[in-house]
Amino acid sequence: MPKYLLLKHYRGGPEPHHPFPPMDQWAPQDVEAHMAFLRHVGELLEENGEYVDAQALTPAQTWVRYGGPDAAPVTTDGPLPETSDLVAGWYMIDVESHERAVQLAAYISSEPGPGGEPLYEWIDVREVMSGAPAVD
Amino acid sequence: MLRALVPEVLAGLVRRGEDFAAAEDALQEALIEALRVWPEHPPRDPGAWLATVATHRLVDARRSDAARRRREDRLLEQPESEPAGSETSDDTLFLLFCCCHPDLAPASQVALTLRAVGGLTTREIADAFYVPEATMAQRISRAKRTLRGRRLNQPGDLAVVLRVLYLVYAAGHAGRVDLAREAIRLARQLTLATEEPEARGLLALMLLNHARLPARFDAEGRIVTLDRQDRGVWDTREIAEGVRVLQSALADERPGRYQCEAAIAALHDDAASPAETDWPQILAWYDSLVALTDDPVRQDPTAVLARSVAVGHVLGAAAGLRETDRLHEVLGDRHRWHAVRGYLHELGGDLPAATEAYAEAARLATNVSERDHLVRQAVRARVAS
Repeated sequence: MPKYLLLKHYRGGPEPHHPFPPMDQWAPQDVEAHMAFLRHVGELLEENGEYVDAQALTPAQTWVRYGGPDAAPVTTDGPLPETSDLVAGWYMIDVESHERAVQLAAYISSEPGPGGEPLYEWIDVREVMSGAPAVD
Repeated sequence: MLRALVPEVLAGLVRRGEDFAAAEDALQEALIEALRVWPEHPPRDPGAWLATVATHRLVDARRSDAARRRREDRLLEQPESEPAGSETSDDTLFLLFCCCHPDLAPASQVALTLRAVGGLTTREIADAFYVPEATMAQRISRAKRTLRGRRLNQPGDLAVVLRVLYLVYAAGHAGRVDLAREAIRLARQLTLATEEPEARGLLALMLLNHARLPARFDAEGRIVTLDRQDRGVWDTREIAEGVRVLQSALADERPGRYQCEAAIAALHDDAASPAETDWPQILAWYDSLVALTDDPVRQDPTAVLARSVAVGHVLGAAAGLRETDRLHEVLGDRHRWHAVRGYLHELGGDLPAATEAYAEAARLATNVSERDHLVRQAVRARVAS
């Protein structure tokens, strides 16, 4: 079965469906509903036997490259363009098909936001390349 | 309990001259064998059984290694001079010094301690730290390779052992294996092996904190802060033991950081409600804690930060905030610094500032539960303002 990463972003990706404020400006019940939904997604994937991993990333980003012989690594935290991608976290799933991955991504994207309305958040669906060739 | 026998048997093998790494491997195999055989054929003397099977494994391992044949012969000629008397507590201390060798990185010290003293399997340790089993197996074998050839007979650094046990305890709240309970068990064994009051201070600290564990999360897994916990579900038996252990440590009049922190935990545990918390006495203990280092802002900033909360309660929120100002350079980019400032702003009634500080803390958090908790704090403070 193929594995997929369903990536959530802090920023980047296609034009958002609609703008929404950061979560600390939502109503308390909307925050609770949102967090409960994400917990439920994790449980659902486990129950389905589709869960592999889920992780959240902090927004802090450091770019690093080799500095050359006898030189320290070169690092930069930015400044980066406002539109550059910043991954917030992922679900890794092991599913029957690409269609199933898309279906789950769309479900995650329906997560409730302010006023309990779906966020319509863009989810980045990426297939994980397998390590060994499939049997033929 | 099978695992309780591990230190005694392993120390016996090492004292007899076996290589630490090889003996530890052999004992792990013996433990797995025990799990298979004992349910149907329980041994009369479980410790002796493990020692015998581990010794056979060691001999087998050497037999397959032609270069070591002569050592094998010497071993087989030697009568087993295992003392019959119990030296369990000395064994534990001896092994802790081996596993907490200063040449090892903290993560390796923790892993080795859990395996060689705690008797956990590599799988259990890997699960506790959310890494693949192969990664943890490699970490353990690299650690043992580092120890190879080191003389393991002189007394080690007790301060390192205490720090490692505290790391095990702290990791216990996150993972799938109950490492907190394991750390308490090991600390209890350590207090039997050393008169050092800081060992009792550490055990007391663990017990007094662990007592509040049932109240620390709600049914949905959300963090509940100390001032909102249901104190009725605190473990009074653990608190009583913690206080008893702490009093015995303090009676030695050789203060140390774990005794100070345990005293602070005891004062929190002693309050029937948040309003009854004895903040002046807590502040006095924080004063003792920060006085243990020459330059607390740099050497022990987390103690200075925790003290600022007590300052806020005793001398007012503004005074507490001034204390945190001193830490800006050292901790200003940490979520905890902003979280404490949020708390102090809220204490002083400045809810907009509290909202902003909690929101910033949430952005910097490195733990999902804490991040979610801080978002909720920000929302709560904003709605209340």
